[in-house]
Amino acid sequence: MRKVAVYGCGMNQFGMYEGGLVQMMAEVSLAAMDDAGVDKVDAVFVGNMGGGILNHQTGIASALVDCLSLYPAAAMLIENGPASGGAAVSAAFMAVASGLYDTVLVTGGEKMRTVSPWEVTDFVATLTHPEAEYIYGITLPALAGMFTRLYMEKYGVTAEHLAKVAIKNHLHALHNPYAHVQLAPVMEAILGSEDALVVNPYVADPLRFYDLCPVSDGAAALILSSPEVGNFKKPPVFIKGIGHATDTHTVHERKDPTDLTAVRLAAEKAYKMADLGPKDVMVAELHDPFTILEIAESEEVGFFPKGEGHLALERGDTSLGGSIPINPSGGLKAKGHPVGATGVAQICELVWQLRGEAGKRQVKDAKVGLAVNLGGFGNNVVVTILAREE
Amino acid sequence: MIDKLEAQLRPPATELPPYPPKFLMLASGEKMVIRQAKREEVPFLLEVIRPLISVERDFYDLVAARMYAELLGWYRYRVKDEYCIVGAIDGVVAGIVNGRSMNPDQGMSYHTIAIKRGLRVGGHLFAAKMEYHIEIIGHKEVFIVAESPIGFRRWILEFTLEPRPEVWHELGGVPTYVLTEKLWYQHKARLVAGRRPVPEDLLKTSKNLKLPSEYSQLQYQKGGKT
Repeated sequence: MRKVAVYGCGMNQFGMYEGGLVQMMAEVSLAAMDDAGVDKVDAVFVGNMGGGILNHQTGIASALVDCLSLYPAAAMLIENGPASGGAAVSAAFMAVASGLYDTVLVTGGEKMRTVSPWEVTDFVATLTHPEAEYIYGITLPALAGMFTRLYMEKYGVTAEHLAKVAIKNHLHALHNPYAHVQLAPVMEAILGSEDALVVNPYVADPLRFYDLCPVSDGAAALILSSPEVGNFKKPPVFIKGIGHATDTHTVHERKDPTDLTAVRLAAEKAYKMADLGPKDVMVAELHDPFTILEIAESEEVGFFPKGEGHLALERGDTSLGGSIPINPSGGLKAKGHPVGATGVAQICELVWQLRGEAGKRQVKDAKVGLAVNLGGFGNNVVVTILAREE
Repeated sequence: MIDKLEAQLRPPATELPPYPPKFLMLASGEKMVIRQAKREEVPFLLEVIRPLISVERDFYDLVAARMYAELLGWYRYRVKDEYCIVGAIDGVVAGIVNGRSMNPDQGMSYHTIAIKRGLRVGGHLFAAKMEYHIEIIGHKEVFIVAESPIGFRRWILEFTLEPRPEVWHELGGVPTYVLTEKLWYQHKARLVAGRRPVPEDLLKTSKNLKLPSEYSQLQYQKGGKT
C-alpha cells in the first residue's frame, strides 16, 4: 500500500452562498488545486448528501468535472449521510494507496439554505429508519435531545457543560475566517439571564438553540496523492490511519444508547493502522452538530474515560491552549455543518493545523490530528488520523 | 408657524401613547435598549439606513429604501400616525422598526431592519413593535407582510400569523398576514424578551444615538463577495 498524503486544501466561508452548488464546489476545488500546485487530477471524489433533495441536482461529480474541465478524470459521488465527506476522503485514500490513481481531488459540498430550516430538518431526518423512526416524527435534534437527557442522568453532564462546549467552539471560530458564525455567546446571556428563554430557546429539551449547529452552505476540497508520485507546492500531511465503522440504524436497538460504539471502533481501527494512540493526538476535529456529541466523542476516541469528557471540558483541556484542543475551527457548532462538506472541512482544518497555517487558532507545534465524521446518529463513522511526519 | 398650504398637506395626527423603553441581554452579553425614536432623530436614522440601500442580499436594498422613504414621510409630516422604535447597544443603532396606527383597533406594520446581525436583533425589535401595537396602543390586530424569506420565517411563521389575503397592505397589497391579540398572547412568552424599567445609566447610553462603525452587510454589495 502506498503512503497517502494531503497536498492541497480549499474551503469557502460557510454560511449562505448565493451561487449554485457545483459553482461553490468548483471554487474550493480550484483553491485546493492551486494550494497543491496541480492543474489536473486522475479522479474526483465528491461528498454530498442532499443535492437531489435540496437542489434538485444529481450527478454532481460529473457536473464538477465538467465545470472544472477535468475530463477524462474518473468521477464518483459518495452519499453517506453527514459522513459523506469523510467517506469520500476514505475512498480517495484507497484509490491512491492502491495505486489505482496517482492524484485525486476530494470535494465535499452542500447547499442547505435553499430551503427553510424546517425542510432542512426533515431532509436530514430522512437518514433515520423510515418505519421505526421517521414515520413517528423523529428528527436529529430530537434524537440528540434524548441522548443528552440520558447522558445527563448517567454521567452528571449539566446544561452549563453543554453551554461551555458551545462557548468554547464559538470563541475558537472567532479566529477562523471560514466559520459561519462569527460571534461568541456568553454564559449569563444564554443560560442565566431573564431573557435566556427567548434568546436561547429550547429546541429539543434539554438542548437549546446554542446547543445546535447552524444550517449552512459550504464546500471544502483536498488534493490527495503519494510521495511516490512526485513533489507538490505544499509539504505533505500524511493520512496515517482511517477507521470506518457502523452501528444499528435505529438508536433504540443499541445495548446502551449513550454509547457511540461505531466511534470507538472506528477510532480503534484508525489508531491501529497509524500505530498511534489517543495520547499521541495533539488536535482534534470532532463531529459536534449538538454540543453533547463533542463530549461523548471525546470519550469514545479515548481522550478521556467514559463519562468524564465534561470534566475535561471544565478543566479547559479541550480549549485552545489546553492539553488536547478540540474543534479549533469552531467545529460544526460554530463553523457550520453543510453536511456533505463537513468531513472534508475537518481534514482541511487538521492539515492547516499540522502545516502551522492556522493563524490565531493554531495549536502549538501540532504533529498529529484526529477527525471524527459521524453519520446518522452514530451509525456510520469515519475516523481519520493525520500526521506531519511519515 | 406653518403656512396654510403646508397645513393642508399634513395629515391629522392622533396622539399615540409613548412606548416605554425596555432592555434585554443578547446572546453576546450585550444589553440592547429598545426605545421609541423621536421625529427629530429621523435625519440621523436616515444616515444609519442609507448605506444599506445598495445591499441586494437578503433584500436589504428594498427594505432600506422603503424604510428610508417611510421615515422621511414621517419627518416631513406626510404619513399619518407613524412611529419608529430603535434598538441600541451602547448607543449604537442595532436595528430599527416602524409602522403606523390605522385606527384605534388596527395597526399597520411597515418594516424591520437589523443593522447588527446574528443576534436576532430584528426578531426582538419586531416583537417590541407588536407589543407597542397590541399592549400599548391597544390594537386588536396588526397587518403584516414579509418582503424577505428571513422576515417570512421570523414573523409570519414563528408567530403563526393568520393569513388574510383579502386585505390590501399599505406596502403594496402583497399577501397580508395578521397578528391578532390572541396570537400575540399565545406567543409572547416564547418570543418576547425584555425588562422594564431600564436602569437610568443604561437608558442614558441610548439617549444620543450613534452610527454603527461597520455594516457587515456591505461585504455583500453588488460585485462583492457572494
